[in-house]
Amino acid sequence: MNFTSTIGLEVHFELKTKSKIFSPSPVTYGAKPNTETNVIDWGYPGTLPMVNKEVYRLGLMVALATHSHINPVTHFDRKNYFYPDNPKAYQITQFFKPLAENGYVEVEVHGKKKKIHIHEMHIEEDAGKNTHGTNGFSYVDYNRQGVPLLEVVSEPEMTDPDEAVAYLEKLREIVQFTGASDVKMEEGSMRIDTNISIRPAGQKELGTKVEMKNLNSFEHVRLSLAYEQKRQQEILLSGGRVRLSTRRFDTNTGKTVLERVKEGDADYRYFPEPDLPPYHIKQEWVDEIAANLPKTADERRKIYVDEYGLKPYDANVLLQNKESSDFFDATVAAGADPQQAANWMNTQVNGYLNEKHAELKDIALTPENLAAMIKLISDGTISSKIAKKVFAETVANGTDPKKYVEENGMAQLSDESVLAPMVKEVVDANPQSVEDYKNGKDRAIGFLVGQIMKQTRGKANPKVINKLLLADLASR
Amino acid sequence: MEKVTNDTIKHVATLAQLEFSEEELAKFTSQMRKILEMAEELQAVDTTGVEETVQVVDRDTVFREDVPEKWQTREEMLKNVPDKSNGFVKVPVIIDKDDNQ
Repeated sequence: MNFTSTIGLEVHFELKTKSKIFSPSPVTYGAKPNTETNVIDWGYPGTLPMVNKEVYRLGLMVALATHSHINPVTHFDRKNYFYPDNPKAYQITQFFKPLAENGYVEVEVHGKKKKIHIHEMHIEEDAGKNTHGTNGFSYVDYNRQGVPLLEVVSEPEMTDPDEAVAYLEKLREIVQFTGASDVKMEEGSMRIDTNISIRPAGQKELGTKVEMKNLNSFEHVRLSLAYEQKRQQEILLSGGRVRLSTRRFDTNTGKTVLERVKEGDADYRYFPEPDLPPYHIKQEWVDEIAANLPKTADERRKIYVDEYGLKPYDANVLLQNKESSDFFDATVAAGADPQQAANWMNTQVNGYLNEKHAELKDIALTPENLAAMIKLISDGTISSKIAKKVFAETVANGTDPKKYVEENGMAQLSDESVLAPMVKEVVDANPQSVEDYKNGKDRAIGFLVGQIMKQTRGKANPKVINKLLLADLASR
Repeated sequence: MEKVTNDTIKHVATLAQLEFSEEELAKFTSQMRKILEMAEELQAVDTTGVEETVQVVDRDTVFREDVPEKWQTREEMLKNVPDKSNGFVKVPVIIDKDDNQ
């Protein structure tokens, strides 16, 4: 018997704001526990939430980038639940009137293009972080309570794990290039829940779904979905019944493990949030956000390949994240040759970042300095050998390459009127080499170049030397 | 409207993490029924042509700018916490987050 899989994905993105969604508490990744909370986050009596405008703006950017229908009237709702990660005993979310609906992203899987539709996306607050101890206690940090989230819910229309991963990759790319979120799975700014059910091919009615929460990586999504497909098939083939349940992916065994059997959907008693007014989203605001939307990765890729002539591979390396692509764009804007800028970004700069386990924003290199250095190479002021030294200095200390080269006398000697007499002098002093050269020993050239380099302490431009030397020798 | 029974009250009590005796259940069931009956009287109002709303305040689309402010210190926030450890709030382990049934 053949089976059809039905996969739906719920993805949470932490939106990149300076303060929380309903209170002005700062949001800093890695802050000391409970140092970034206030009475609103804890739901103290007498406090009232107030919506951070930036949360809507970032959410609207993602809505626009995914071709979603933006609801002109939105409001917040309470989702009631008791758990120590939320001191209010409810989460403020958007249940009845979400930010946007009916979007899509276009993916390419197995060589075929497919639109994966987005059912809805809504903004909500994150909960605190629970760490379970071994002594029967949990330890709660409320810094994350109230951090803004955008939850993007796909339609259940992916049919295999590869499609699910392709959707996730595309969605991450889109969100990242709007700048709305850092999309770092390792820091929890992108979190994935999956739903999968299977049914005999041809059957209309969907099978019973199994949910998996908080998958750590795209690879875990792929592996856990593939495992579930197989597990559920075996159950159905042996005449069994799949139970509505939540399972966990065990990274050690590569299997999914039952966490809990559900009896119907949880009852959260949603109701409209009485502490917040409705939010009307004006078309002028949406238009303004649309007009200022950063270029998508696809648009940038087109420019890199078609206009700059970069290889698709090099373009994709630059487009691995928005920071790198922005840095490259700024370097080109500062006057660097795109191909050279791409080469330096993808080799030396990336190498430096890997070595230091750092990100572009953490290091001293600026696009202006990188562009200045590339210009020094292309106009012949420095050799590529010297460039390595200049790069090491500017990447480590942010030194202006031009100034550094001048102050340390690193500029190449390219002036023919200075070099020609030196060439003549060296050739005059080495008649044996001239003889060798005339007898077809090309190695003699290397010796003569070496002598001139020695005299200029390595600063002579080898191209100019070669040209002058050949001309001088030909005249003898 | 669905009739309020002992089971309705039991379900709501479970959701609210409350425990009632049989006596209390009977009492709350009848009280809740009366409250809802009273609310149902509102159904008699003719709402033809009246726009639906979820809010009764006259405020609309009130935003705060994204400017961080420090209000309370950790020490202040943890003052009312009965049990704490190293700056964390200490609570009994509860595993089943979504198990509200």
